[in-house]
Amino acid sequence: MLADKDRIFTNLYGMDDCTLAGAKKRGHWDGTADLIKKGQDWIITQVKESGLRGRGGAGFPTGLKWSFMPKNSDGRPHYLVVNADESEPGTCKDREIMRHDPHTLIEGCLIAGFAMRSNVGYIYIRGEYIREKELLQAAIDEAYADGLLGKNACNSGWDFDLYLHHGAGAYICGEETALLESLEGKKGMPRMKPPFPAGSGLYGCPTTVNNVESIAVVPTILRRGATWFSSFGRENNTGTKIFAISGHVNSPCVVEESMSITLRELIDKHCDGVRGGWDNLKAVIPGGASVPLLPKALCDDAIMDFDWLRDHQSGLGTAAVIVMDQSTDVVKAIWRLSKFYKHESCGQCTPCREGAGWMMRVMERFVSGEADIEEIDTLLRITKQVEGHTICALGDAAAWPVQGLIRHFRHEIEEKIIREKVPA
Amino acid sequence: MLRRFHHTQPESFAFSEENRKWAEAQITKYPEGRQASAIIPLLWRAQEQEGWLTKPATEYVADFLGMAHIRAYEVATFYFMFQLRPVGTTAHIQVCGTTSCMICGAEDLVEVCKERIAEKPHQVSPCGRFSWEEVECLGACANAPMVQIGKDYYEDLSRASFETLLNDLQDNKKPLPGSRKGRFSSEPESGIKSLSEMARQKDEFSPAVSLAQSEGAS
Repeated sequence: MLADKDRIFTNLYGMDDCTLAGAKKRGHWDGTADLIKKGQDWIITQVKESGLRGRGGAGFPTGLKWSFMPKNSDGRPHYLVVNADESEPGTCKDREIMRHDPHTLIEGCLIAGFAMRSNVGYIYIRGEYIREKELLQAAIDEAYADGLLGKNACNSGWDFDLYLHHGAGAYICGEETALLESLEGKKGMPRMKPPFPAGSGLYGCPTTVNNVESIAVVPTILRRGATWFSSFGRENNTGTKIFAISGHVNSPCVVEESMSITLRELIDKHCDGVRGGWDNLKAVIPGGASVPLLPKALCDDAIMDFDWLRDHQSGLGTAAVIVMDQSTDVVKAIWRLSKFYKHESCGQCTPCREGAGWMMRVMERFVSGEADIEEIDTLLRITKQVEGHTICALGDAAAWPVQGLIRHFRHEIEEKIIREKVPA
Repeated sequence: MLRRFHHTQPESFAFSEENRKWAEAQITKYPEGRQASAIIPLLWRAQEQEGWLTKPATEYVADFLGMAHIRAYEVATFYFMFQLRPVGTTAHIQVCGTTSCMICGAEDLVEVCKERIAEKPHQVSPCGRFSWEEVECLGACANAPMVQIGKDYYEDLSRASFETLLNDLQDNKKPLPGSRKGRFSSEPESGIKSLSEMARQKDEFSPAVSLAQSEGAS
């Protein structure tokens, strides 16, 4: 188990003092100006060496992403945009950072903003997080009052303004270009790429969009060193990570742990085990709604990191672990995700707009068993026609859970269909 | 999903003096000429003022920001938090129904809403005070199942504790938000297993619950 001294978010549960004074006592905002004075190249090198991969789902190396920002300004401002539109079903980790440890994020914004030569940052928080918005805004106000933001922020010689912006209930705005559209005051419909945001993002200016957790861990990485951070987890999957465990465990919770922890240790140590014992486990969705589920046989040895889960046809995603015990109707659980994607498709691309509804309706019939066995393969074929044929990854995300279900639980769908066909 | 403005609309809308000042300040967050960026926060404030988002309010905000009305209609109809028809005057209950909550009992909560409020979502109860809808993941999965009412999350619910919550609202009480299982926030119910050295609970309530308390919840 990760030792408390190695945890970055030492006020994850909000039990300690959440104010700036409390954050400083816990070691945040310590020597921030000195870190900034070491220069952009040093910061980006450190973040690269730490092995930090984006915590929002895709796992793209954060330092590399920052290095895509232009080194010399052509007159256009640069923007840092923080993706706090946490809406992936199962995910409730950034919420804890924003309401309980907001200064990790604010300090991270200043450092990241400097590293990408940006004087302005926007945090886009999901609209439903109203209390989180109020608490984070209060923390930003505190930082301004203390001179940590604004002109010559934190006496670093760098000017940095940070604004909090909110959405209004659209999952799609967690996709980075949809988020930028929304931030510009439009419907959140993803943009075609290229151009990538680093070339033309917010208001047509160079922009980098990062997840809350990716930004909030950076100050501690710089203070404690890239090698400290990379000492956790397996190669290429380094660091600590906030996991959110929900569903059929005895004590669901949010917890920061070492990357590459085994699923079993995570559940047994922090959540008091699966309801009814490990053998009562049926399946786990290891990384939020978008990733295919793992049946129990795979859960026994599962390692919670990007590479292991990818190698087993799933993904770490946002590290939101949804646990389902033997009592779960797994077909219905995945149907509910299909319903989610149908609801959240922005409607821009036909395969996703039509396909998501199509998948949901077939899944609905699988739940009740009112279908034919052949339709299982038809549904699988449809998921392949949606996957990879849309502007953004929502189409893929809608297809993968269904593919995972058919891969591992085809027999359950068949049983339902057969049971329905045989007269009682 | 088809979302349209309600068939019956009020004559007009104007921000209160306080909200107008707030709106003007919001616009300064964005570069000059980019005031359209403020549309979601402004429409949200208009909804807070009226209880739901009316067509005149949408047009007012569009004019306020120098946008074509159609651009504001697009935003109002695209984002699901905008209530395009009247909601219950006491509470509009948003039950999270996505998988984590569903497998932890959200369907029971929906049943209670159907029994006590209205058969269909977005339908206002006969007394006019309540309405409900099932919403997609609200991002409080480790505290499932849960509902949002206004600004607040009511978490770790059961059929019984949800009924109690509704009774309190019926009696014009303002119940405190947060966990109904006695959890402080998202730590394990059986007690914290990490940060035990660092987390010294000083306050009775978590910051989010304290905010609600400062606004009169008890």
